[in-house]
Amino acid sequence: MSASPTLAPAAGVISLSGITKAFPGVIANDDISLDILNGQVHCLLGENGAGKSTLISILAGMQFPDSGSIAIDGVPVTIGSPKAAMKFGIGVVHQHSTLVPSLTVLENLMLGEGGLMLKEKRAASRLEELSGLLGASIDPNILASDLALGQQQQVEIAKAMWTGSRLLILDEPTSMLTPSAIESLGESMSRLKAEGLGIVFITHKLREAYTMGDCVTVLRGGRKVGELTPERMKSLTEAEAQAEILRAMFGDDLAAAGSIESAAELAGATEAAPEASRVDVTGRPVRLQVAGVTSVGKSMDVSVTDISFSIHEGEIFGIAGIDGHGQAGLAEVLSGQRAIASGTISLEGADITRLGVRSRQEKGVRYVTDDRLHEGTVGNLSVAINLLLKRIGMAPFWRFGQINKTAVNDEAKRLITQYTIRTPSPSTRVGTLSGGNIQKVLLARELGHGARVVVVNKPTYGLDLKSVRLVHDLLRAFAADGGCVVLISTELDELIELSDRIGVISRGSIVGTVQNDGGPDVAERVGHYMIGGRAHDND
Amino acid sequence: MTTTDTSTESPDGITTEITPLEDEAELVTSRSSSGRRAIDIVVRSIVPIVLALIVAALILLALGKNPLQFYGAIIENGLVGQNWENSLVMMTPLLLVAIGLIVVFRGQLWNLGYDGQFLLGGVVVAGLAPQLIAATSPGIAYLVLTLAAIAVAAAWTIIPAWLKAFFGTNEIITTIVMSTIGVGLTNILIEYVFQNPAVRTPQSRAIDPGDMLPYIPGTQVPIGLIVALLVAVIFQFVLSRTSFGLRLDVFGSSAKAARHVGINSRTMTIVLFLISGGLIGLAASMDIFGQWGYMRTNWNPSYGNAIMPFVFLARLSPVGAIPFIAFYSVFATGGTIAAQESGVSVDFLQIVVALILVFMTVTEYVGTKRDLGQSYLPDELKDAMRKPLNALTGRMRK
Repeated sequence: MSASPTLAPAAGVISLSGITKAFPGVIANDDISLDILNGQVHCLLGENGAGKSTLISILAGMQFPDSGSIAIDGVPVTIGSPKAAMKFGIGVVHQHSTLVPSLTVLENLMLGEGGLMLKEKRAASRLEELSGLLGASIDPNILASDLALGQQQQVEIAKAMWTGSRLLILDEPTSMLTPSAIESLGESMSRLKAEGLGIVFITHKLREAYTMGDCVTVLRGGRKVGELTPERMKSLTEAEAQAEILRAMFGDDLAAAGSIESAAELAGATEAAPEASRVDVTGRPVRLQVAGVTSVGKSMDVSVTDISFSIHEGEIFGIAGIDGHGQAGLAEVLSGQRAIASGTISLEGADITRLGVRSRQEKGVRYVTDDRLHEGTVGNLSVAINLLLKRIGMAPFWRFGQINKTAVNDEAKRLITQYTIRTPSPSTRVGTLSGGNIQKVLLARELGHGARVVVVNKPTYGLDLKSVRLVHDLLRAFAADGGCVVLISTELDELIELSDRIGVISRGSIVGTVQNDGGPDVAERVGHYMIGGRAHDND
Repeated sequence: MTTTDTSTESPDGITTEITPLEDEAELVTSRSSSGRRAIDIVVRSIVPIVLALIVAALILLALGKNPLQFYGAIIENGLVGQNWENSLVMMTPLLLVAIGLIVVFRGQLWNLGYDGQFLLGGVVVAGLAPQLIAATSPGIAYLVLTLAAIAVAAAWTIIPAWLKAFFGTNEIITTIVMSTIGVGLTNILIEYVFQNPAVRTPQSRAIDPGDMLPYIPGTQVPIGLIVALLVAVIFQFVLSRTSFGLRLDVFGSSAKAARHVGINSRTMTIVLFLISGGLIGLAASMDIFGQWGYMRTNWNPSYGNAIMPFVFLARLSPVGAIPFIAFYSVFATGGTIAAQESGVSVDFLQIVVALILVFMTVTEYVGTKRDLGQSYLPDELKDAMRKPLNALTGRMRK
């Protein structure tokens, strides 16, 4: 959509004015106005529930504002559908992957095209063009399911820009990326910016907002509560900018958080430091022993080869690695979801290699999956049922196969209180809760009633800051009580903060283990193994 | 929509019905909205039927028939006098087949091989009943042959179920293929194995009318109806109140979640298919013992096709399906006679069923759009309407 030349003064701007959108019981957007300029990275900051996602879905044509208007280059427009948004050149990269796993990269990209025949040649050259623009190399013929998350995101960006784009919206793009992938995303963003594209960058990490953004808008409770213009951003030091953003983000909560410093830590503004005063666990008995485990599986993400490690009581064993290098496979092998070709797994000396998911669950091996929306929960079932999803059919909740609603509800209420899950009632559909609360449902389900070993896969991916801290506290408390944690994460900061030891996984094998002794070089040593793995990858 | 800017129509007044999306709307679902949701479901279930009847009336008008007379004849022949009993007789197999489909559909598995399963179950009953009744007693024959029909129809689902469970083969195709084979096999069995030597047309021996299923006291409706209603209630309970029903819902909602929870998807797939086939076999047994007493070649009532839209309109609830199936039974029973009387092809009833399917899709589409707070009309349609309007008003301004 090109603007008519007579409106030149307003060209290059998408302005939202007075956008208001209410859902029953909550005003998601309350009179929000902002201008998005071409050639700028516009950071949208705010806690989950602040209204970022709603604002994005309005821009993307997925929702319609109750009032307010959108103008592109000064011309009022109505974005009535995602298709219309595409026509206006607004591309969105969602937090969750929208690629069809069974199709190749190229097929995924051609999905949105009209016309009778697939224009494969043209598509291939367009992909090459975009790859050049993004500074990424993407194999067009690889299956989407075989892409690592970082690559997946590059493909998502290419998809959003497929039919020509003037505004790219990135919804929390860094939450699932490794430090190096974040760096390359930053590079891609500056290239696009230089091409004159507008970028809306949603994050809750202040460091990223400052280093990657040109200007900042802060949302809280559906309202715009602060903004930093490009000029002001330039004039402030990082610390000053952070302090200003934090005040806007947390407002009165800042007092509750204690100080700017703790809020800053909450907001991921500071460098991670390993948790001080860790207890030495090496003298304790071994709880989980994994010996030479090789899984059955084809694609790299889900298969592991010859994995061996042992974890002591009360230990948090971190698994670092570039995304898609067998983390999911390791988690599934431990939880019993994936068959093992060779090797043994034993829990407190007892062989559990041949046990299935349910038997391991009963013995106390738990798994908090990273796919909390589709694997960990069933969105259209209630919170109560989801809390008991792994105890279906067990007494006292089911008697002679028949559900005992009182028992189920009592247990659900107990867990809801214990884990402070914010839900209107136990019978609310779990899909309507926020990401943080869904994660609490998963943790409540897995950590309680006799958990011995819990495998957590990317436990804080996509969560708001308070939830991140809560999840960390829960895992620490679980370990302090003698529980074992296998912490799989792509956030190095998180691993260093929580783990006793960090194993590095690459191509489905553990290529090295680093003792997290609080030394300053832990991250470097982990990174060394990770890059070693990656160099191998490039052969 | 008289203004040029058709697309700025405000969704005011419909925003209250929005199903919350994403993380923003966590404080939702009040009691009033759940009540409204219930009403919404009822409305969405009935609107397609009403619209289909209206359009069918227009088609009748176009054919030069009087729709009121036609619909009147349906009520007359389907309900009035003793005719409601005929409708209930028809309802028995329809309801059982419907429950058989509901069970697999809930698991997101599509057993479309109901015709073959039904006929094979039926031919076992029709073919063996006369001799078995003569050799033993009707009661034993009912029991033994009903179990046999259930077993045979369930067995006919094993190949598609196995292929689906172990190789992920599309069960829609395999069940349809198996159904075609089943229909052919039924004809062969009637002609070469169970042929009634007393007649020249290819058909089985008939069960003696006195040995058919007894009637519900005071009516002319075989007790098969009670069996069907009982099965509906039992499955309603199993699906909504038991651990099996919950596992089935988890399995149907997300295969990933099912695996995560430790549900064996292979076992689940096979069990669901067996139950589905078994219920269809039960329908066949009740139908042959209750209504027909024999089978001839090329007879295929295709009950599954007839009730397909109603299974979905009932939102895959066995008890919820009862009123819909009852409606269709009256409609089909009365409609067959009404069609003959007014000179319309009996296939006209299938057209009405198809219309219900079409309007069901439209209603769901509009409902979903409304839930998302979007405009009711697809963008393409709006664009198509806007362009001539713009051109028109542009000319007027000049």
